[in-house]
Amino acid sequence: MDITEVPTEKGSKKKKKSMKAKTKVKNMEVKEESSAAENQADPTTAFPPTFSVSEIKNKQRRHLMFMKFKQEKRKQKLQLKKKRRKEREALGDKAPPKEVPKTIENQRVFDETAVDPEDEEVAFDEGTDEFSAYFNGLTNPKVLITTSDRPRGRTVRFCEQLASVIPNAHVYYRRGLALKRIIPQCVARDFTYMMVINQDRLVPNGLVLCHLPDGPTAHFKVSSVRVRKEIKRRGKEPTEHYPEVILNNFTTRLGHSIGRLFAALFPQNPQFVGRQVATFHNQRDFIFFRFHRYIFKNEKKVGIQELGPRFTLKLRSLQKGTFDSKYGEYEWVLKRHEMDACRRKFQL
Amino acid sequence: MEERSRLCSVWLGSETGILKGVSLDRKQAFNFSNTRALSRDQEVRALCWADPAESELLLGCADGTVRTFSTEKGVFTEARSCGDPQEGCFSGLASLRGSAIITCAECGKVRVWREDGSGPVAELDAGSNVCRMRQSPMDPNRVATGGKDNGLKIWDLERPEKPLFTAKNLRDDWLDLRRPHWVRDIGFIQDSDKVVTCTGYHQVHVFDPATPQRRPVLEAEFGEYPLTALALPAGGGAVVVGNTQGDVAVLDLRKGLVRGRLKGAAGGVRALQCHASQPLVASCGLDRFLRVHSLEDRQPLHRVYLKSRLTCLLLASRELQAGQGGGATEGAEPQVKEEEEDEVWDRMEQVEEEEEATKRKPAAGEEEVKKKKKKKGGD
Repeated sequence: MDITEVPTEKGSKKKKKSMKAKTKVKNMEVKEESSAAENQADPTTAFPPTFSVSEIKNKQRRHLMFMKFKQEKRKQKLQLKKKRRKEREALGDKAPPKEVPKTIENQRVFDETAVDPEDEEVAFDEGTDEFSAYFNGLTNPKVLITTSDRPRGRTVRFCEQLASVIPNAHVYYRRGLALKRIIPQCVARDFTYMMVINQDRLVPNGLVLCHLPDGPTAHFKVSSVRVRKEIKRRGKEPTEHYPEVILNNFTTRLGHSIGRLFAALFPQNPQFVGRQVATFHNQRDFIFFRFHRYIFKNEKKVGIQELGPRFTLKLRSLQKGTFDSKYGEYEWVLKRHEMDACRRKFQL
Repeated sequence: MEERSRLCSVWLGSETGILKGVSLDRKQAFNFSNTRALSRDQEVRALCWADPAESELLLGCADGTVRTFSTEKGVFTEARSCGDPQEGCFSGLASLRGSAIITCAECGKVRVWREDGSGPVAELDAGSNVCRMRQSPMDPNRVATGGKDNGLKIWDLERPEKPLFTAKNLRDDWLDLRRPHWVRDIGFIQDSDKVVTCTGYHQVHVFDPATPQRRPVLEAEFGEYPLTALALPAGGGAVVVGNTQGDVAVLDLRKGLVRGRLKGAAGGVRALQCHASQPLVASCGLDRFLRVHSLEDRQPLHRVYLKSRLTCLLLASRELQAGQGGGATEGAEPQVKEEEEDEVWDRMEQVEEEEEATKRKPAAGEEEVKKKKKKKGGD
């Protein structure tokens, strides 16, 4: 029995092997056929509704399919656009007005601190704050500009150019002095502002703006500083005339405080002969500073010429009182990941 | 004005001298001062209830006057001068047995004033630079004072000559340097003699006058910035502290560890108060917002913009209006939960019984599985 059984088993094994080989060959054929079929069907591939390109395992194939998918999408978009344009043209004057594109600024989350100009309480609060002496014309701005210790490179030039923008500004070497010890001396010499420019790796990166004699103090991040030399198509050196100041988009209560802080840097009576404008433009909590000279070419046209420097500020904190980062009380502190979690919420 | 003032459950004093009332259920805020006659001299520095029934408020203004506001009538009924503005602003205000009031100025003079308006009845000197004076909720005659370079002192107003307890300075640090005092806020822990303080050097200290130890029995630290306010929740065992950067945290008083933070504040915290019965904490500060957080899940419940920098805060001990609505639902919710739990338990019992039944029968694994499936289907 044993002897007879062995050959049958062997035979069966062989059969199986041969079967396997056959099936393999068949599979190969099938694959080739299927790939050929796919190649043929490629130009008009239509994916099933739940198909995702990322499910394809082969990288080259996935890439190819993805490119096709994108092309298809683009085509559809262009067609839709064309169709719409034709419709508009067909309708002519009766066409519905174009939709306003959505930006994160016009989708801004409602801010309850937005200042209502008729609000008595806010008006009183602003009328009696630390800047009221300036806005009532009792003081004239006098600004001290200094840097962190051992300023190098662009920071020095940046300070000098800031001093040429802000009238009545004095640049001093820091000489390793502590800010808390400088402040009483500044107050004694009737300075109304102390401006400190910090640098990191030869690039200015921070600005402390302290209103004297009793605050507030704002701390800004400074970025993309361009000194005059680096600006293309700039005008000649600015003159000593008092510039006009434009403050844009400071709408919330905090924004108002910051706007007043900037406004009080410049004298209240601009000399229009100089035709110079300093602009603080707030957009998405970034404050862009530009300094221009303008000219009226004719009744309709105005030409402007940038004088520089230009830089961007972002508010880090606003502190009550003069500079005291350790024991001072903060009116507002930027808390990252807590405050900027919503991209459509702005603070200024 | 009457209707308005009766609605309000949170009272706030602002830097512009306006008394503000907030009704949380109606989400409305009212100003109870004449907006035409404002001045920064009237900045509200301290707020307290004049009587236990909470029908009258006392306001300590920066110009040294104490004004009485009737919440029933919604008007200021009285103003009397308690101390010079030269002596510094009020750092504390409390009422004593109804008509008398206790005031404390920054110069350290704690005075008791009678109703009739003549000079102070009693006076004690708590040293200079007093940042806060608080009255014990258990014993109205007991007050605690503390300030910069002026450690915690607990006084009995009946015997103003000597303080009952004087805190000793902390031990010198590892460089043998002196560690200065700077008490910024004080709280009496309920049902014990203990007093908790928070300091300008971001420490929280618990003092126990019952023991001979005059140094703190518990020292904890929070953050890197001066702590400006503290509040004790009704449940006890914890303390809520806030600092100058707007970080508010709940610290556990057993080990001094942070239980959790209350998020939302953008500017320095000026005042914190916990509700007498509900697990709520209200905070206000330089960012001009009143915020109410739940202490249970630390979620923000209310946020009210009040237009001026806020300096002090007072909660009514009746249920906050929002709390009433919330309280009612909260009252209902646990019942619902209990019912749900009952249901759960019922189900579990059934399952257990049947499981036991299956255990009694020595059956194959497959059958058990089938039975379980049937049970699930039946449930």
